[in-house]
Amino acid sequence: MHIDSIQNGVVIDHIKAGSAMKLYQLLHLDRLDTSVAMIMNVTSRKMGKKDIIKIDAEIDLDLDVIGYVDPKATINIIRDGELVEKKNLDLPKELKNVIKCKNPRCISITEQELPHIFVLTDKETETYRCKYCEVKGQ
Amino acid sequence: MKSLIDIFDLSISELDELMNVALDIIENPIKYSEKCKGKKLATLFFEPSTRTRLSFEAAMYELGGHVLSMADAVSSSAAKGESVADTAKVISCYADIIAIRHPKEGAALVAANNASVPVINAGDGGHLHPTQTLADLMTIYRKKGSLNNLTIGFCGDLKFGRTVHSLAGAMSRYEGIKFVFISPEELKIPSFVKENFIAKNNIEYVQTTDLKSVMADLDILYMTRVQRERFFNEEDYLRLRDSYILTPPKLDTAKSDLLILHPLPRVNEISVAIDKDPRACYFEQVLNGKYMRMALILKLLEVE
Repeated sequence: MHIDSIQNGVVIDHIKAGSAMKLYQLLHLDRLDTSVAMIMNVTSRKMGKKDIIKIDAEIDLDLDVIGYVDPKATINIIRDGELVEKKNLDLPKELKNVIKCKNPRCISITEQELPHIFVLTDKETETYRCKYCEVKGQ
Repeated sequence: MKSLIDIFDLSISELDELMNVALDIIENPIKYSEKCKGKKLATLFFEPSTRTRLSFEAAMYELGGHVLSMADAVSSSAAKGESVADTAKVISCYADIIAIRHPKEGAALVAANNASVPVINAGDGGHLHPTQTLADLMTIYRKKGSLNNLTIGFCGDLKFGRTVHSLAGAMSRYEGIKFVFISPEELKIPSFVKENFIAKNNIEYVQTTDLKSVMADLDILYMTRVQRERFFNEEDYLRLRDSYILTPPKLDTAKSDLLILHPLPRVNEISVAIDKDPRACYFEQVLNGKYMRMALILKLLEVE
């Protein structure tokens, strides 16, 4: 399968296979007025299989969201067809309005405009817990 | 400005300081009788409460302060749909300190983030109840002389038992602590308690459904009520409410210096016959709770 390379934009590479759609949704890429290519299940020497997202414009991406979905993904900034910047990620310590608490007893369900905040409580197991009720994020 | 939302908002040395102040209050009540003169405590209880609200109010009166209270949640602004954040901002204009109980987990944290005066979490749903923990710690300390080297059995509703979560967290910071969690399968201790407190502090623990088999190991038995108000389904409540009822024969194998604690109110989980047993300390917990709340109010108001 052939996908054209981009001249100016962002490539999110080395995404864990199967995670690109989740990233597409959480980054709200459907709202962009530009071409977005999602390439899934590509053969990778390092990873076996991986996903790639190519965005045909240099936009600001929420790196916390990408780090949460896959901290091993890489961000490549492309200008005039050249790779000008490469960013590596880490698990963010806190997520704000990325995922929502599903505990019906949590104050974040009912309180007006309260941000949904999740805190990284265990880096090894990549566990995030709601700041208010401490229930695990899903 | 400091608030108390989680027992971990207080360091071990601050807990020691509170216990020392509480002991001094017990010895010299007159010395403290006007310490909060001119100060106002607002008790915002959006959930039914007798002892905790009255304990806060008694504590403030014994410090010479005043109390602002609402009749009940039904007549409050929350019933009209006001947010916790707005309520906290408004009440900050009237009171010097706020004690809040709310059915939603995390409500006290939201109040503290928005209030301009110290906020005390007097219970947020099935989540945390740090001032009950202050009462529990003080009772254990006064009876055992130390908070180290204890095997503590928690029995009953460990899932929604906010007093259990707060006390397990507090005790996990002391040395030589072991936990025994005794509950039906459906009411087991939540994973956040195991991950945040027990695993981080390498605490030895056992989970069981059988109280009798572990009774002889316990230094403290912390009984809890299966709380009807935490269940969405009445059938589940009725099925689980009588899981553990402590009666004198069940104490046959217990240590002679066991402490039997309960945050109260009890329904039927401790037989009235146990009240006469010198190991039953739940009414002393109530009194200790008032003294610790007095010490806490002094600390948060920065009254010398």
